[in-house]
Amino acid sequence: MTLNIKYFGLIAEITNCNEEILDFFEGSGSCLLELLFQKYPTLVEIDFQIAQNQEIISKNTIITGSELALLPPFSGG
Amino acid sequence: MGRYDRHIILKEVGQEGQLKLSGAKVLVVGAGGLGCPILQYLTAAGIGTLGIIDFDIVEVSNLHRQILFKTSDIGINKALAAQKQLLDLNPTISIEAYPERLTSKNALQLCSVYDVIVDGTDNFTTRYLINDAVIKTGKPMVYGAIFKFEGQLSVFNYQNGPSYRCLFPKPPKKGFIPNCNEVGVLGVLTGIIGTMMANEVIKIILKFSDVLSGVLLCYDSRTTKMSKLKINRNQSEIDHIINQTELQEIQENTQCEPLIDEITELNNLILSQIEFIDVREKHEKPKITSLNYKQVPLSQIKEHLDIINSNKKIVVFCQSGSRSKKAVELLKDCGINNAVSFKGGVMNMITSLKNIKNET
Repeated sequence: MTLNIKYFGLIAEITNCNEEILDFFEGSGSCLLELLFQKYPTLVEIDFQIAQNQEIISKNTIITGSELALLPPFSGG
Repeated sequence: MGRYDRHIILKEVGQEGQLKLSGAKVLVVGAGGLGCPILQYLTAAGIGTLGIIDFDIVEVSNLHRQILFKTSDIGINKALAAQKQLLDLNPTISIEAYPERLTSKNALQLCSVYDVIVDGTDNFTTRYLINDAVIKTGKPMVYGAIFKFEGQLSVFNYQNGPSYRCLFPKPPKKGFIPNCNEVGVLGVLTGIIGTMMANEVIKIILKFSDVLSGVLLCYDSRTTKMSKLKINRNQSEIDHIINQTELQEIQENTQCEPLIDEITELNNLILSQIEFIDVREKHEKPKITSLNYKQVPLSQIKEHLDIINSNKKIVVFCQSGSRSKKAVELLKDCGINNAVSFKGGVMNMITSLKNIKNET
């Protein structure tokens, strides 16, 4: 399947893009993370959440949607 | 015409709504980039009692975004400076200034006397403290936070909605998520997000139906794109806080971090005798052409210790100065104790190199 992944904040700086299309076979959020960690090793160091079809999901959730997003916490005020 | 006439003629507000605003008590934690516009609009809107808590003082580098303050306020405590300016804007309301830090000692007592708590902080210690205190006192929390050109906004702990911990259960690892002082921020962005936060406060007080609860709004000022993402309540996170007998403060403040040696200038060093290490990923720019350095991304540093010459003094740099601190910590863990982090990252490094050239 093809995923459209959006990157926010510091994550977009690591991936060097705000969004991209990735091929993903199947699996949970954790499987997707493994794929992303291979592509972007520094992501391992960052805390973030995954959203699927505009909803925050846990890492155990099966990826079925095509719209994904990675959201780090923001600190500034 | 009265001060609130343009509010009162809105049928959705009216005299009744304006009375709700004047009867409301709102605590704003942090009078910074977000806090300033929040305070200005809430003062103008006639919120009956406003509390402002901030231990910090006004600095010249605050003025590009903290537009409540004047140049003459530099050096004055932010809560006190804000109180003075706001009373000039609306002397009919009550403004309490707390020129101190929000801590586990005062958070519950303060939150208990206000109806709505607003998070305008710039650090995770205070943000998690506010989150936990509003859960324990049953108050809604209006949340906003920013990173460079992007902002996040939500309302937590509102009518059985999710809390900040339902979104981010644990604080991030130390030193990885930089704040505005470290990476910069577009001044107007704090105005946009802060004003939207003030709007959520007003919606809560006026009991509007569509308060931004259970939703994280993400805004990018470069593209003017907004995304809304659904957040679900995680009851176990909330129960965990309710069952704690006392508030816990996470140790995220820089004062509590292991002391990392940092330098801000290169002019006292003999550059040829320094081992410079760039811990950014290899695609990250700008590169420095006028300096010999090795590229060892933070993610691979432990695997590549052999290429680092630890007989020389080591200066580590990255994009902002956060990852380089982490790298120095990792090197210390591996027994390499002569490394320092270059504060402010690559751009400061380039400036410092230029300064040296100009002097010679």
